[in-house]
Amino acid sequence: MIDELSLYRTMYRIRRFEETVLDEFKRGVFSGTTHTYLGQEANATAVIRSLQENDIIVTNHRCHGHFLAYGGEMRPLFAELMGKATGVCGGRGGSQHLHWRNFYSNGVQGGIVPIATGMALAEKHKGSRAIAVVFIGDGTLGEGVIYEATNMASLWSVPLLIVLENNHIAQTTPSQLTVAGSMSERFKAFGLGVNELDSSDVMQLLPVAQQAISEIRASNHPQVLILNTARFGPHSKGDDTRPETEVAQLKATRDPLKISAARLCKTELVVLHTEVDAEVRSAFAGALSDPFPTAEALS
Amino acid sequence: MKRTVLDSLNDGLLAAMLQDDSVLLLGEDILDPYGGAFKATRGISTAFPERVITTPISEAGLGGICAGLALRGLRPVLEIMFGDFTTLLADQIINHISKFCWMYNNSVTLPLVIRTPMGGRRGYGPTHSQTLEKLYLGVPGLTVVAPLAYEEGAGKMLQRIICESEEPVLFIENKLQYLLPLQLQGEMKELDQEISYSAGDLDKRYPIYRFTLKGAPVAVVTLTAYGYMADLARQAQIKLAYDYEIFTELITPTLLSPFELSSVLDSVKRTGRLLTIEEGTRTLGWGAEVSARVAEAIPGLSCMRRLAAQDTPVPASPALEKVALPQVDDIIASVRKMV
Repeated sequence: MIDELSLYRTMYRIRRFEETVLDEFKRGVFSGTTHTYLGQEANATAVIRSLQENDIIVTNHRCHGHFLAYGGEMRPLFAELMGKATGVCGGRGGSQHLHWRNFYSNGVQGGIVPIATGMALAEKHKGSRAIAVVFIGDGTLGEGVIYEATNMASLWSVPLLIVLENNHIAQTTPSQLTVAGSMSERFKAFGLGVNELDSSDVMQLLPVAQQAISEIRASNHPQVLILNTARFGPHSKGDDTRPETEVAQLKATRDPLKISAARLCKTELVVLHTEVDAEVRSAFAGALSDPFPTAEALS
Repeated sequence: MKRTVLDSLNDGLLAAMLQDDSVLLLGEDILDPYGGAFKATRGISTAFPERVITTPISEAGLGGICAGLALRGLRPVLEIMFGDFTTLLADQIINHISKFCWMYNNSVTLPLVIRTPMGGRRGYGPTHSQTLEKLYLGVPGLTVVAPLAYEEGAGKMLQRIICESEEPVLFIENKLQYLLPLQLQGEMKELDQEISYSAGDLDKRYPIYRFTLKGAPVAVVTLTAYGYMADLARQAQIKLAYDYEIFTELITPTLLSPFELSSVLDSVKRTGRLLTIEEGTRTLGWGAEVSARVAEAIPGLSCMRRLAAQDTPVPASPALEKVALPQVDDIIASVRKMV
């Protein structure tokens, strides 16, 4: 029995975390940059909920949602974004360079796909039965190294799931200006199984993710999950060039939280919101009070 | 048959495979009977068919795949057929492989060795003859090593690095160095040169060799070189002594980056003169860094020179290639101008 309230909690934690990041960035609390996951919460929630404990996640610059869905805590993530010593990586990495347990992220497009392929090959070689999941976006389809990796992933039959979160926009450039031909046919040509969905409903995404992951575990062969999705926020902090009406339309029709909330008990939601809001406030205040690293932490 | 550097490296790879089950070899055309374009992996796929993986021509992807293998507890060794092709995986080396340990706050290890042959003098032309390691020197988180023609400095060092290193190592071989006869410890005593071997200044795994001439007067110039150029510098050292009565000390490191200085510095303090010798192009090269560090450490030292390849691509024509790359006679001429 799927507990939708628990899935909703994951999505709401991501939503409130990211909203806090965008709000507080304006006040200078965070340094550097950030890429929020607003609007895409159902993808991370469905895919990562379908994984087992020893499975591996490799992800990109837009990784906060994946980290929180994986079970990462808010305080060290806030702290990492603030450059604090208590951050996930002691403040060395910042928003897009995280490692915790079997979770890895990096901020350069494309290069994470062969790394995830190598990890999947390692797990196959060790016989661990773990799989690797790598999250990419439509913009990353322009990087050639992913086709080298896809070729080898298929050739060597490794337990890899490539999740392509197609939010139809790369930074400010719509995907029709960057992607030729078919996204799915690219991967099929290398012999990968491809599933494609156009949904922001976590209850529709979950069974598809579960099916793909169980097939990969059984067959040791890579697959791709193309999730057509919607990015509600700017690429980074304030660089959204889309008309406001376009974004408003996406928020009205593609909000995974609204879709899920409509099916859930209002009283339970009120309690959940109160709890998560308190968690966010407490984690943020805690991170804010945490110390910066000292100079010795550089080397 | 005299054993060569190539034989030693081949032995080192095989020994590493025997020592540790987590060692895997990956690369293009490395399976028997071919055994790699330069034969460094000869015999290994026959002995360990499950752990030697021949690959597509996908250097960038392979860099990432090996990083993934290493992050998940294996010890991959990647052969890049020509050093020139390392530029194809520069993103992996610089933005991924060398970064992970540090940027993840030392919560991971990445025991990966990337082996590749650099160097010219075979007429392969501009894209198969370069000495490009200077592009990777000084990249934080990356260790760059070049072997020498001695058992401890070639195959045994490679085996130790593969089995013991927890961080990524770029292992710079050289096409002509492969063919050099391997000097064994016992044989070294028979040479006119006296060799003293020491563990590295920074890291004991990477030996440094110091050459002087037996019974010679005090040396007046310090030579420093690595890899195949170290062998040319040894030839020059003997000629300088016999033909010109100029006595030198030669310091040959195996660890190029992170930078280690003390052996060179100790020698320059004795001789007062420094000549750096490298096969890479001269501008902004290894010799420039060695010279700058020595100059910072010894104020007032004025007699320093750099010998390197000319700042052009490496020509295919043997006549031009000879001019472009530093030769034994160039080393002799440079030293003669210094004394």
